[in-house]
Amino acid sequence: MKPLSVIVTSICDVFAWFMIVFGVYVINNGHNTPGGGFQGGAIVATFLSFMLVAYGGKRFFAWARAGVYGFLEFVGLAAFFVFGCFGFPRSFFFNSLAIPLGGQVLSEWIPYCGTISLMNVAVGFEVVGALSLVVIEMYESIHMIDTGAGMGGERGHDRFDR
Amino acid sequence: MKKTVFIMAAIVLAGLLCGMFEDIHPFGLPNNTLMDDYFLRHALSDRSAQNVVTSLVFDFRGFDTLGEAAVLFTALSSIGALFRDGGKKE
Repeated sequence: MKPLSVIVTSICDVFAWFMIVFGVYVINNGHNTPGGGFQGGAIVATFLSFMLVAYGGKRFFAWARAGVYGFLEFVGLAAFFVFGCFGFPRSFFFNSLAIPLGGQVLSEWIPYCGTISLMNVAVGFEVVGALSLVVIEMYESIHMIDTGAGMGGERGHDRFDR
Repeated sequence: MKKTVFIMAAIVLAGLLCGMFEDIHPFGLPNNTLMDDYFLRHALSDRSAQNVVTSLVFDFRGFDTLGEAAVLFTALSSIGALFRDGGKKE
């Protein structure tokens, strides 16, 4: 895939980072405001698609590390399950971190909502990893086919820059 | 003939639908509010969640969210199996 025009890349330079910040904000405040792990994760994962469309394959693969996103996916899913197990004496998925103190703030680092907000972040990690991996896997699977006309390339996908 | 049967069936279905709408209880006034009241009253006291929706999604109905995460993981696994180069050589 060839890079798009200077206009698109300039817009990407300016706005792609805001998308990440906004997505992280949605994930981080998911326990109080509309949104949450799934929605914020989808917003963050849009960054990778935006880079692919604006800058083409070369720049995309400088950013895309399948191992990192796979690790994010694994960590998110495992953490979600572990946080669910925290409430086991009473039930699976029980907000055990916030309950013992009656909903008081445990410390600056453990949020008020206890496991609910932590599970939000875990789901956010999982969705970021999964959706980014989908984009990477599908783009990597495009193969050049010599059609005899020019340099070849699959119809609709130019991968001359790789 | 076919057209007549179709029109008759449509009229019967429309009548059934109208009868069904007659029995619908008004919006916002459910017949049994036991579950709604329980979640609204106990979200903060029992589960320490300021947002009732979040307490439902991640606590009362946590299994549902775990299932959604599993669906995403399964979709990713199938995409990996379908598109990865390793499968192409066979």
